[in-house]
Amino acid sequence: MPDKNEIARQDPWEMLKKFTDARIALGRTGVSIPVKENLQFKMAHAFARDAIYTKMDMDALARGMDHLDHPYCFLHSRAENREQYLQRPDLGRMLSADGFSTMEEASGDKSYDICINIADGLSATAVNLHSIALLHEILPLLKATGFSVSPVCLIEQGRVAIGDETGSYFQAKLSIILIGERPGLSSPDSLGVYITYHPQKGNTDAMRNCVSNIRPKGLSYSAAADKIVYLIKESIRLQISGVALKDLTAIPPPQGLDE
Amino acid sequence: MQYRHTIQNHIYTFNDLKTLMAKASPFRSGDALAGVCSDSYQERVAAQMCLAELPLKTFLSEVVIPYEHDEVTRLIIDTHDETAFSHISYFTVGMLRDWLLSDEATTTVLNQLQKAITPEMAAAVSKIMRNQDLILAAQKMEVITRFRNTIGLKGRFSTRLQPNHPTDDLKGIAASIIDGLMYAGGDAVIGINPATDSPAAVHRILQMLDALISRNEIPTQSCVLSHVTTTLQLIEQGAPVDLVFQSIGGTEKTNTGFGINLSLLQEAYEAGLSLKRGTLGNNCMYFETGQGSSLSSGSHEGVDQQTCEARAYAVARQFAPHLVNSVVGFIGPEYLYDGKQITRAALEDHFCGKLLGLPMGMDICYTNHAEADQDDMDNLLLLMGVAGCNFIMGVPGADDIMLNYQSTSFHDALYVRKALGLKPAPEFEAWLMKQGIVDEQGKQIPVHKDHPLLKYTF
Repeated sequence: MPDKNEIARQDPWEMLKKFTDARIALGRTGVSIPVKENLQFKMAHAFARDAIYTKMDMDALARGMDHLDHPYCFLHSRAENREQYLQRPDLGRMLSADGFSTMEEASGDKSYDICINIADGLSATAVNLHSIALLHEILPLLKATGFSVSPVCLIEQGRVAIGDETGSYFQAKLSIILIGERPGLSSPDSLGVYITYHPQKGNTDAMRNCVSNIRPKGLSYSAAADKIVYLIKESIRLQISGVALKDLTAIPPPQGLDE
Repeated sequence: MQYRHTIQNHIYTFNDLKTLMAKASPFRSGDALAGVCSDSYQERVAAQMCLAELPLKTFLSEVVIPYEHDEVTRLIIDTHDETAFSHISYFTVGMLRDWLLSDEATTTVLNQLQKAITPEMAAAVSKIMRNQDLILAAQKMEVITRFRNTIGLKGRFSTRLQPNHPTDDLKGIAASIIDGLMYAGGDAVIGINPATDSPAAVHRILQMLDALISRNEIPTQSCVLSHVTTTLQLIEQGAPVDLVFQSIGGTEKTNTGFGINLSLLQEAYEAGLSLKRGTLGNNCMYFETGQGSSLSSGSHEGVDQQTCEARAYAVARQFAPHLVNSVVGFIGPEYLYDGKQITRAALEDHFCGKLLGLPMGMDICYTNHAEADQDDMDNLLLLMGVAGCNFIMGVPGADDIMLNYQSTSFHDALYVRKALGLKPAPEFEAWLMKQGIVDEQGKQIPVHKDHPLLKYTF
């Protein structure tokens, strides 16, 4: 019988791995992928799957918001659970019926320049890990601009366009949403931020700007905050967002929507 | 026109053809999202029974999207071959299903009927076929195309080598290509989804691919999957374009959303032909489609997603493509929720495409928010191999690090070839043997670290 290191065959081009993160030079046993690589792939998929089904940690997020000393409220979309959320993107874009009274209680019926939202999207893991840390960078910068900022809406089972409903309720000039992006095998915790000028029902994704891949191994919190606040200022100054703003500010295009 | 079917004194009514088609569709999340699916299991089967009794001629008199309103409908009606259709003009949809599975429906006869069948007829018959019917019928169809090799021969199973890189780094792309070639992949095409649609970046990738293919005399073709307008612009600049790519859909509005129309595709097709870069043939187009693409852009016009998909094949076949593939699990769980729905859709797409005369391949894939995993893909891979699918994707380790989804690996393609005794395209197989990558039986040979392909300058 063969030696334990000789059953699976290595590929003599492992030196090419330094040029790409793609899964090359995996070796083979017969024509099949060796067990070690197979299980590593499965584990990466497990991380991504768990990210999809993880829930927003509302207690920890509330503690984080208390620490930031900024008002907040808890909201829920019309998608009742993950299964429905995944099959009915339309429900994830709408607030549940009691959402408006919750916002009224939190705001005392005031209007604001900027509406801030946090939603689980496709990775509550990303939101749980990164949203408070990112707000910690963004809020001081925004307050320095003099714009008024709404209570932060923490929304479960939400999609990007739900920020249009909250933003239009607060009569905000602009709405931003921090949302978990679709997990990739190498990035289960990637946070995206979408910026929409004049939030209202019926806005399309072409009318938004996106800062993507926010996580320690991708775009850092401080670099992301600089980009986001710059886009917010430019958007309010030029009274636009989306493709038209991107062309004017030469910010790289979004890497993909959450849906 | 209204259609009716009675089951135990209950009369099911369907207001028009597109409603009947939608209600007869096997369940999938996208039709529920669009609000066009049947309300119960019984209603679905009643719709299928009603559809089975429908004469094929109905599809020539009643269309699912008005002729005046949609250029894809006009293309379908205007290119219908009435002479070929006369042989089957007395068929109902149910008779077509039984006939397709009969011994009379041979490869030769089926090839002669391609233009007699409209996409809606193909979609309708597929809706009343079981998975095994879709496999057995498709297995008889042979659609062969040529550029620098021959794709689609019986007993052959090809791959598109998909060496994507998140920043289009040329060395990163090349590293994945070498990996794929060493695993006997890339005979259908070496095709890259660029991270940006910048013409300069696409041009650089095209030049690298051209040099790699010509230096190593690889009997295959390249493609960078940029928008057709970018490719047209690059052809004018003298870029080495082998296959011209475009995503297409089955309604005029879907194609408007993709930034194309039929005359633009015609222009691109003629530009691709004019380069005469094919050595064995001149099938120079590469199209991608997928169930849900119309609904996702709000342009399905009340038509179910599988019928929309079949209509996209009418667009494709107008331009004699080298390759067509359905990106079946890519568009997301709101259209195809789980492994069962993805499997069914893949079998439908492959069957309908082949019946209409297309060189069908399949991106057997899923996203991380779909209820599917590698085991579902293994099952579907084998089904596609048995059904005679022309090609699948080959992605390093099945993990596309640019598009962030899971497709099939080079190893996966070898699994199908080994399990079913299938081989790569003949010209490519000869090259692999010459390179010492496979032996006469098609078995992988261990390569040495100073193999010429590994000396590619990095």
